[in-house]
Amino acid sequence: MPKKIIQNFNIEFLSILDENGKADSKLMPKLSNNDIKLMYELMKKTRIFDEKALKLQREGRLGTYASSLGQEAAQIGSAYALDKEDFIFPSFREQGVYLLRGMPIDQYLAYWRGDERGMYSTKKVNMFTVTIPVGTHMLHAAGFGWASKIKKESRVVVTYFGDGATSEGDFHEAMNFASVFEIPLIFICQNNQYAISVPVSKQTKSATIAQKAIAYGMYGIKVDGNDVFAMYKSTKEAVERAKKGKPTLIEAFTYRRNDHTTSDDAKKYRNDKELKQWDKKDPIERLKKYMITKKLWTKEYEEELDRKFNDEMDEAIKKMESIEDPKKEDILNYVYAELDENLKEQKEELK
Amino acid sequence: MKANLVQAINMALNQEMSKDKSVILLGEDIGIDGGVFRVTEGLYQKYKDRVFDTPLAESGIVGTSIGLALNGLKPVAEIQFEGFIMPALDQLISHASRIRNRSRGAFSVPIVIRSPIGGGIHALEHHSDSPETYFVHTPGLKVVIPSRPYDAKGLLISAIRDPDPVIFFEPKKIYRAFKEEVPEKEYTIPLGKANIIQEGDDLTIITYGSWVRETLKAVEGLKYSIEIIDLRTLKPLDVKTIIDSVSRTGRCVIVHEAPKTLGLAAEIIAIINEKALLSLQAPIERVTGYDTIVPLPKLEDYYMPNTERIKKSIEKVMNF
Ligand SMILES: Cc1ncc(C[n+]2csc(CCOP(=O)(O)OP(=O)(O)O)c2C)c(N)n1
Repeated sequence: MPKKIIQNFNIEFLSILDENGKADSKLMPKLSNNDIKLMYELMKKTRIFDEKALKLQREGRLGTYASSLGQEAAQIGSAYALDKEDFIFPSFREQGVYLLRGMPIDQYLAYWRGDERGMYSTKKVNMFTVTIPVGTHMLHAAGFGWASKIKKESRVVVTYFGDGATSEGDFHEAMNFASVFEIPLIFICQNNQYAISVPVSKQTKSATIAQKAIAYGMYGIKVDGNDVFAMYKSTKEAVERAKKGKPTLIEAFTYRRNDHTTSDDAKKYRNDKELKQWDKKDPIERLKKYMITKKLWTKEYEEELDRKFNDEMDEAIKKMESIEDPKKEDILNYVYAELDENLKEQKEELK
Repeated sequence: MKANLVQAINMALNQEMSKDKSVILLGEDIGIDGGVFRVTEGLYQKYKDRVFDTPLAESGIVGTSIGLALNGLKPVAEIQFEGFIMPALDQLISHASRIRNRSRGAFSVPIVIRSPIGGGIHALEHHSDSPETYFVHTPGLKVVIPSRPYDAKGLLISAIRDPDPVIFFEPKKIYRAFKEEVPEKEYTIPLGKANIIQEGDDLTIITYGSWVRETLKAVEGLKYSIEIIDLRTLKPLDVKTIIDSVSRTGRCVIVHEAPKTLGLAAEIIAIINEKALLSLQAPIERVTGYDTIVPLPKLEDYYMPNTERIKKSIEKVMNF
C-alpha cells in the first residue's frame, strides 16, 4: 500500500479595499452609500472615543485602558454585518463593537474608571460584559449559541479575541464544541500581531491562525483586518454559514498600534519602523480614500463628524463624572441573588 | 545594597541561575519585556537559553513546568497575575501536588510558581485577588508570601532549592513601596519559619504579605505591648511560633486580605483552639476581606482591611 494524501487544505485570504482606497468590484459586498458612510462614521467614533479615553487615563480620570487604535475596521466591519438580535461576546478591546451596538458611552467609560455599574447595560445591547481572563469567554459564546440552537432561535453568536488567546486550551475546546454541536457561532480573532510583548510568531508556528479551524472541521479564513469591506463580507458569509450550523473562524489580520494597555510600554519590544508601516495602513484613511473617489466624503463632512463625536464624548464624560458614587454595600449586594446570613452580618459590619 | 521587593526577587533569580544551570524561567512576557512588573528584567539578556517567553497558556506553563522538573530541571514559572493562575489549577492540584505521593517518592516536582498577589493598586478585575487559600488547602503544595525585600530574596532562594512545588506569591502593592538593605551575598530564609517583627506581651497580631506594614502602622502609638508575627510561609505554617506567642499574650488578632470564609485566619484559630485554648483571655478577632469579589477601584477600599479596622479589633480584644 503506497502512502497517499487523504486530506488537502487551503486557506483563503480576503482583501477587497487596497491601501490606496481602491476596491475590487468583483468582490465588493452589497453596501449602500449610506451603509458605507455609517461604517466610516462608526470607525471615526471609535477612534475619537479611544483618543479621549487615553487622555482621561493620562489625567488620572480613568483606570487601565486597552486601546483599539488601528483595529477599527476589524471591529466595525464585522459587527456591522450582524443583526441586532445576534449576541456578542467581546474580550476587552472592543470599543468599536460596543459603540456600534449603542452601549451608553458614559457607562462604558465608567467601567474603565472602575465602576461595575458600567457593565449593566451590556445585556440591553445584546452583548456580554468585558472579559479580562484571556480566552475564557469563547466557551461562553459556544454555550450561548448552543442554547440558541436548542431553543430554535435564529440568532447567531459572535466572539472576539486576540491572537494570544488562541494559545489557551479553552479556545480549542470552544472550537471543538462549536463544530461538534453545530453551533451558530463565529469566532473573530483580531490578530493584531502581539500579545503584550509576545509577537504572533512566538505564539504559534501555524502559518495562519485561520487554519486552526481546519483541525476542528470548521471553515477558517484570513481577512485583511484593516479592510472594512473584507471584514463585512467575510462576517456576512459566516452568518449564513452559522445559520446552517457551521461555525467559522475569521482571522482579522491587523496591528495593535498602541501600547498593549496604558500600563505597557511597547518601545521595549518593538521598533518604530514596524509601527510606521502600519500607520500607513490605517483603516480609516483607507476607507476615506475610497469615499473620496465615490464622492461620499468632503472636508465639511469630516469636520462635522469630528465636531459631533467630540461633543458626544465630552457630554458622556461629563455624565460619567457626575454620576453619584456607588453605595459601599454594593460590594456585597451582587454576590448572590439573595444575601445569606453571613453576608447580612458582614453588611452590618461594613456600615 | 538597597533594594525594593522587585529588585530583591530579581537578585535571587539571578543568583540562583548563575549558580545552578538547571534553573530556568518561563512565563508570559518575562523575556525581552522583563515581565509586566519588571521582576525578570535583564535576565533574558543574561541567560538567553534559559529564559522563555511562553505562549499565552497558564495550564501549559504549569503543566510543562512539571515535565521540565520531572526531567531534572528547576523551572521557576511566572503567572502574570494571581487571577490568571486559575487555568493552571488542574495541573497544580491534580498533579504537581500529588506526584511525589503517587510515585511513592520516585518522582518529585521541584517547581516554583511565582505570581503577584493582592489588591491596592486600583487594577482591572482579576488583578487584585487573594487566592492563597486554594493552595494552602492543597496537600503537597507549599505557599510563601514575603512582606519585605530582605525576606523575599532569602525565601525565594529556599523555594528554588526546595524539593517540592512552592507557590511564591509577591504582594504587588509593595513591589516598589520601599527599599531596605538586601545583602548581595547569598543567603536563605527557611520555609516554614515565621518572623517576629515586634515583640510584646499583651496581644499577638498574626499577618503576612503587604499587611505586615499596615499592621505596623495600625499599632503605632497604641498603649499596648503588641507582638507582631509575619508568617512568611503559609504552608507549612509555623505553629510553634504562633502557639508560643499566643500562650504568652493570651490575646490574638489575625489580619489578611483574602475573604473571611476559610481564609488563613480560620485555620490559625482552629490551631490555637487545639493547642492553646486555655491561655486565651479573649476571643480571637480576624480582620479580613469580605466574602465577596474584590471590587473595581471605585469601591475597592471598602473591601480591604485597613488600619481603622485593625485598631478596632485590637480594642475589642483588649477590652473583652
Ligand atoms: C488568562 C490570562 N492570562 C494572562 C492575562 C494577562 N494578559 C492580558 S492581555 C494579554 C495579552 C492578550 O493578547 P491577545 O490575546 O493577542 O489580545 P490583544 O491584547 O492583543 O488584543 C495578557 C497576557 C490575562 N488577562 N488572562
